[in-house]
Amino acid sequence: MGLIAVALAIAPLVIGASLGNAWVRVLDFAALYIMLALGLNIVVGFAGLLDLGYIAFYAVGAYLYALLASPHFGLHWPIWAVLPLGALVAGMFGILLGAPTLRLRGDYLAIVTLGFGEIIRIFLNNLNAPINITNGPKGIARIDPIMLFGHQLSKPVDIGGFSISGVMLYYYVFVIMALAVVFVGIRLQDSRIGRAWVAIREDEVAAKACGINTRNVKLLAFAMGASFGGIAGGLFASFQEFVSPESFGLMESIMVLCMVVLGGMGHIPGVILGGLMLTILPEAFRQGAGPVQHAMFGKVLLDPEALRMLLFGLALIAVMLYRPAGLWPEPRHRRELGR
Amino acid sequence: MDIFLQQLINGLTLGSIYALVALGYTMVYGILGLINFAHGEVVMIGALSSLTIIRLLADSGLPGPVVVLIGLVFAVVVCMALGFTIERVAYRPLRNAPRLAPLITAIGVSIVLQQLAMLIWGRSYHSVPELLPADRHEIFGASYTEIQVIIVVVAAVTMAGLMLLVSRTRLGRAMRATAENPAIAGLMGVDANRIISLTFIIGSGLAALAGVLISANYGIAHYNMGFILGLKAFTAAVLGGIGNLAGAMVGGVLLGVIEALGAGYIGDLSGGIFGSAYQDVFAFFVLITVLVFRPSGLMGEKVSERA
Repeated sequence: MGLIAVALAIAPLVIGASLGNAWVRVLDFAALYIMLALGLNIVVGFAGLLDLGYIAFYAVGAYLYALLASPHFGLHWPIWAVLPLGALVAGMFGILLGAPTLRLRGDYLAIVTLGFGEIIRIFLNNLNAPINITNGPKGIARIDPIMLFGHQLSKPVDIGGFSISGVMLYYYVFVIMALAVVFVGIRLQDSRIGRAWVAIREDEVAAKACGINTRNVKLLAFAMGASFGGIAGGLFASFQEFVSPESFGLMESIMVLCMVVLGGMGHIPGVILGGLMLTILPEAFRQGAGPVQHAMFGKVLLDPEALRMLLFGLALIAVMLYRPAGLWPEPRHRRELGR
Repeated sequence: MDIFLQQLINGLTLGSIYALVALGYTMVYGILGLINFAHGEVVMIGALSSLTIIRLLADSGLPGPVVVLIGLVFAVVVCMALGFTIERVAYRPLRNAPRLAPLITAIGVSIVLQQLAMLIWGRSYHSVPELLPADRHEIFGASYTEIQVIIVVVAAVTMAGLMLLVSRTRLGRAMRATAENPAIAGLMGVDANRIISLTFIIGSGLAALAGVLISANYGIAHYNMGFILGLKAFTAAVLGGIGNLAGAMVGGVLLGVIEALGAGYIGDLSGGIFGSAYQDVFAFFVLITVLVFRPSGLMGEKVSERA
């Protein structure tokens, strides 16, 4: 435990000094994505409900903060007031989506959630007329950064002649938030509700026969997962200081789902691993592909961006073929598959 | 009235293409219970590979429809091989894996195909040469083109052929048996693996046809065209009741018509608050409404939860 804490604390300093602040930024995003993946893990991993529009809740959280803390409406609410509100609103959206759809079979649920995600994005894109609410495709800019102890987190801070940059400050805030989410996730998993979720995932009819109110418990999974997404969204908006509908496409939902499934559904350490890998590896590749090709062939033969996605797709296929339960599956699951 | 008729014609055209693609989804789902996310990309590969041949032959002096036909045959062959390969590589090894594993490989295949297409054909939009007769005709104040007629007729004939194949032939009976229960079908002497391969091949052939038709309809092809089309077609399949062939056709045509009418009228209906940008919302909204009131789709059978 202590070792992990020390590693987490010095990681940005080491990486910032050796690889530059761009990589600390990647770590910030990794923490955000881990929060998202853990939220989706509640829905997909614990309760076994396939949600393909999860990013919509992230969008709800992000836009809520953007609207309440930017010059767009002239409001400047503090983020610590908006985050709980974002969790609440996203949770309500979760119930709004879940209530009519949860009695559908798995794959229907997938397509409906996918449609819901697209609907939210299209609304964000078009709600600039007749009343300008979301500023349409242009997005909302100049969002307030996080304020902590009267200090704007986007500005560097000097401690004893040692300057800590804004991205690093955000890193510490995000890591603490992510750890809180991990903690909540673990406690949920071991709780009565968590066991009810797993029971529903394994066999819904049997769970019902054991006296679990499956509809309410599933709704709770949806709402909980959504509220995690809402919180991560608020943090994202404050970090970027800009939101636009582009950040909340279907591909993002798929990316988060891949983190959950590749890592190991329902297994919190696995999901964290998946989140870390899928944020860091593509980034490393994005920066590495061009120079490597240059060194090998003397010129850039293939578009690095296309190559990156191509390898991402191939990796998805390969991992699933060789480790269908994910890279780091839950031990109990592994036993079942080993039969 | 003329707007209504016009949008009805446009919707029918689009809907019959959706129906062709939806058939591919529904056949695979009926047999494997798998959402073949890569199916939309097969449509895209069909459109672009036929375009390559059509461009090669465009100046050869052959009559336009013949050139398109050659392009179509080429695309069908390419897509059938592709469908066969996808099933072999990405789905067959995972037949007994956890339910989400094949879904993730499907997403992987979809990404790979899209990026390969981008590397081969580039990022730009390709215009499709006008080789099919495209004259406009007037009917009750609305206009239709000959291409639209061709699309609807070709789609209808193909679908009728497929229905005959599935309901009347030995192969069709084997397909239905495998969909019902692969293990029992195997006991009756049906080679389930062969049937599944054939299902993918037939579905991909239909996808190639849909790709050629849709690029002829819009006059444009692009490496990114498959995904949203696949999404709509899957929506159509669910709308009609997934796993049900007739349902996919009805769902496809219905979705096309609803979308076109929605785009045409949504502005007036909402007093100008919503524009035609909300066309896609309309499609999904209809889907959600139908599923809430008829969870198994319009023509799907009621399936009770298996204990």
